[in-house]
Amino acid sequence: MAQPLPFVLNVPEIPEDHDREPSPYDESEVHDSFHQLIQEQSQCVAEEGLELRQRGLGAAAPGTSGSGRQALVGPEDAAAYSTATLRILASMPSRTIGRSRGAIISQYYNRTVRLRRRVSRPQLGGVGRSARPSLRLYDLELDPAALEEEEKRSLLVKELQSLTVAQRGHMLKGMPLGLAEKRSLREESRTLTGKPRERRGRRGLFPCCGWLRDTCVLVGASGLGWAQGRQVGGGALVPSCPLGGLSPPPPPPPPPAQPGSWGLTLLPFSPWCPQALHGLGLWLLAGLHGLKPWRYALKRIGGQFGSSVLSYFLFLKTLLAFNALLLLPLLAFVVGVQAAFPPPASPGPVPAFTGLELLTGGGRLTHTVMYYGYYSNSTLNPPCVPAPDGGQCGRETDGLPYNMPLAYLFTVGGAFFITCITLVYSMSHSFGESYRVGSTSGVHAITVFCSWDHKVTQRRASRLQHDNIRTHLKELLAEGQLRQGPRSVCGRLRQVAVLGLVWLLCLAITLGCTVAVYAFSELMIQSPVSAEQGGALLALPVVVCLLNLGAPYLYRGLAALERHDSPVLQVYVAVCRNLILKMVILGILCYHWLGRRVGALRDQCWENFVGQELYRLMVLDFIFILLDTLFGELVWRLISERKLKRKEKPEFDIAGNVLELIYGQTLTWLGVLFAPLLPAVQIIKLVFLFYIKKTSLMANCQAPRRPWLASHMSTVFISLLCFPSFLGAAVFLCYAVWQVKPSSTCGPFRTLDTMYEAGKVWVRRLEKAGPRVSWLPWVHRYLVENTFPVYLVSALLLAVIYLNIQVVKGQRKVICLLREQISNEGEDKIFLINKLHSVYEKKERSRGGRTQEAERLEEDPDAR
Amino acid sequence: MGGSGSRLSKELLAEYQDLTFLTKQEILLANCWLLLHPLHPSGSSRASPSTVPGTQAHRRFCELLPQEHRSTEESLHTRVSLEQILSLPELKANPFKERICRVFSTSPARDSLSFEDFLDLLSVFSDTATPDLKSHYAFRIFDFDDDGTLNREDLSQLVNCLTGPGEDTQLSASEMKQLIDNILEESDIDRDGTINLSEFQHVISRSPDFASSFKIVL
Repeated sequence: MAQPLPFVLNVPEIPEDHDREPSPYDESEVHDSFHQLIQEQSQCVAEEGLELRQRGLGAAAPGTSGSGRQALVGPEDAAAYSTATLRILASMPSRTIGRSRGAIISQYYNRTVRLRRRVSRPQLGGVGRSARPSLRLYDLELDPAALEEEEKRSLLVKELQSLTVAQRGHMLKGMPLGLAEKRSLREESRTLTGKPRERRGRRGLFPCCGWLRDTCVLVGASGLGWAQGRQVGGGALVPSCPLGGLSPPPPPPPPPAQPGSWGLTLLPFSPWCPQALHGLGLWLLAGLHGLKPWRYALKRIGGQFGSSVLSYFLFLKTLLAFNALLLLPLLAFVVGVQAAFPPPASPGPVPAFTGLELLTGGGRLTHTVMYYGYYSNSTLNPPCVPAPDGGQCGRETDGLPYNMPLAYLFTVGGAFFITCITLVYSMSHSFGESYRVGSTSGVHAITVFCSWDHKVTQRRASRLQHDNIRTHLKELLAEGQLRQGPRSVCGRLRQVAVLGLVWLLCLAITLGCTVAVYAFSELMIQSPVSAEQGGALLALPVVVCLLNLGAPYLYRGLAALERHDSPVLQVYVAVCRNLILKMVILGILCYHWLGRRVGALRDQCWENFVGQELYRLMVLDFIFILLDTLFGELVWRLISERKLKRKEKPEFDIAGNVLELIYGQTLTWLGVLFAPLLPAVQIIKLVFLFYIKKTSLMANCQAPRRPWLASHMSTVFISLLCFPSFLGAAVFLCYAVWQVKPSSTCGPFRTLDTMYEAGKVWVRRLEKAGPRVSWLPWVHRYLVENTFPVYLVSALLLAVIYLNIQVVKGQRKVICLLREQISNEGEDKIFLINKLHSVYEKKERSRGGRTQEAERLEEDPDAR
Repeated sequence: MGGSGSRLSKELLAEYQDLTFLTKQEILLANCWLLLHPLHPSGSSRASPSTVPGTQAHRRFCELLPQEHRSTEESLHTRVSLEQILSLPELKANPFKERICRVFSTSPARDSLSFEDFLDLLSVFSDTATPDLKSHYAFRIFDFDDDGTLNREDLSQLVNCLTGPGEDTQLSASEMKQLIDNILEESDIDRDGTINLSEFQHVISRSPDFASSFKIVL
């Protein structure tokens, strides 16, 4: 009782000493002082103990109801804490992790231990309904004899040593410590393993050999430079050692322990030449950095317009990759082979090249590898070269026939399948990235913590971002107040009426467009144009493109009438309407091609016609995008700057532009069966589009004013690309392959009833061929023609989806439980601190009283 | 070490590659980039601020290389003052630039960056850094008084940084209070009136946009 309390020493009630950084050492002292205080108080506060238990129960029981908790702990309470309590709170381990190095080290020690033991998650069975977590779980940090930084460090080093090299490197990379600190940790964790030393010793003996070996390895490995560069750079396209043959870059395994020792031992033996070459290599390497495709363009866009506009350009890049994926197998197995073995030329005269072909895709281009009709329906064989021994030739052509119809069918099918897998994978990846469990709550916090885009490098853009964030925050706050006040019935009715009216009008416009396209296509069938009148063929695509261009402006005008509460909803509604329009028009066109054209073009090659039609649509779509860019962005900016004297530039309409891209991609997928080189055209179009849009963006546009959830939107874009676009194209192609009779005058399937027959014919031939490949017909009979596997696969898929949903549900539940646990613990902590504080104050007062009494007693004798 | 022609020896370069999330090209670029500023303390960065930053740095780097021969030791121990770092085109427009420099500085007065500090900075802001690392440093950047938690003062300072420097651009006092109350309500799980690192990381982990926006492109 009489001894001085360390509590007083550790908790100085001076608010000014904030700059002094409390170390983990203080932490342990605080714990000690608590310990002592509790022990001292335990014997003399029996009645208080009772009270404590009661209040503890009271705090725990209504923990689930929530109201009691709210009353007990709120932000108001937090403000009412005395400085001493705040000081104790500040020394809690949960807070020191954010600032002290010792705490970081100990946290990473724990992680390393976990990594080693391979226990990633605590057992969920131990989590009770409202269980309070045992402090023993955190014994390292809450141990009364808390370890000092040095000890923790040595523990960490020991743990690091027990990891593998790769794991250790990964762990060190991810530690939030300075480079010097990481380096020393690495040195320490490595010196004891012994292996590097051995290596260094060997090098010391035969440095020249070592150097030679390294060089050889590197020269050999330089072919792998691409893969390495990609691995290190995370998607970087520049090889990490393009000059591996000339200059020796550092070896892939980590260098020896002491930096520099290797180089020093090497120097006397190695000539100056490798050094100079090394320097040259590094210099060129850094130069190549700038050649990464569109790196600086993307950086500039990101710097000026932020992530939202950047997402459009990244989407464009993704589409490029998809088209390359589609084009490569087609080029390799269909186009290339057919170009190498051209079929006999068609008897008619070859039309002259006029230039209009580039627009219509007809004329000269008709009988080329561009279109379906050019491909032969026979097997392709290399021309028989008279070999030294004559019999060889015939057998070879028998053994390896290249069946063009089969190649055509399987390559298109395979390319589609690969695209489908990639698309679904990237969609699921994107969903996993952007939708986290429980991400719906916490808008304010996320806005404040995550909304600043550090990529922005321009003052003007940064000011714009300030404005955007401010507006967004104000809107959020206003929304919160709005939600509290219910709106009047009349106002709500009016809004519903306006919404309904606008939707009706939009649907009417869509219907009008559809009818117009249908009527026009019928008209085109009624008055057939010959292939020579190229210009007339462009009529239908022009109408379609005009409707596609005009209708979105009408929608935008109508959308101004309805006032949506949230700008995000507005964007989604606009996307939805435009999508409906485009898909309906494409649906009508598909019907027109497969339903009507096939009948109308009995004696001609209807596949060529469809391919050309899609080519025309694509080219005109490109031209109309150019016009839209020119008039919608450039002219509008000039008008608004010159005439209206406004400072504002037009906004870049991300949603609209992305929908244009998706539309173009759908056209490509629809046409790939009828025009195998259509992806190449799309690639060229996309590359041009990138530069045109970038130039227009830089010159004419400003960043969108609305806050924009880039990752959510890119998820939406990629799912739109997958769901209506890719799926629609796949259905269209499946119908064409399975149901429609191919034309009898051209193409690889000219003798068959459907394109699918080619596969069947082949299987039948294989059955005849002998027992060696008998499994293939079996596979065909039981897996392709039987419906059971389809059901099985879909049932499996459904089961996986169901399991995933359940897992997510479970995670949500566990998150709720853990949250409850943490808030309970916080309550406990605060309650105990308050309790200790009151005990301490009481003691202080009593001691103060006693000293006052003593003083009075001392004074009294004086008075006497 | 080698000395002529190359600034960074092979070993050092490999070590940097092992310990940071940067590629070799990025490290080299950073090296030249930083060396440049002590050489021209007042000139180049202010002379042409409006041109493309990336190509600018790149071109400067290329014309600088052939004639320049500095040893690695020297370049590693040169400390670049805060003002010079802040005038880098990539940081110029960033409202958190002072905080970023202070967090990454290892000098006692926290007012200058060495090359390694700079590499640390770039590594954290690079494409491949883990979200955990990014959120840790984001927390330290937002923790204006360096006390290990985000309290009400930190939050209001953070919001002021976000909304802009001027008096007229800031939120009103009542709006600010409302906002901070909401933030604490949403993210202060243990109800102690401040946001600690775990709570912060919990909030950040729910935002997919964080990793893409907490990035500086070299």
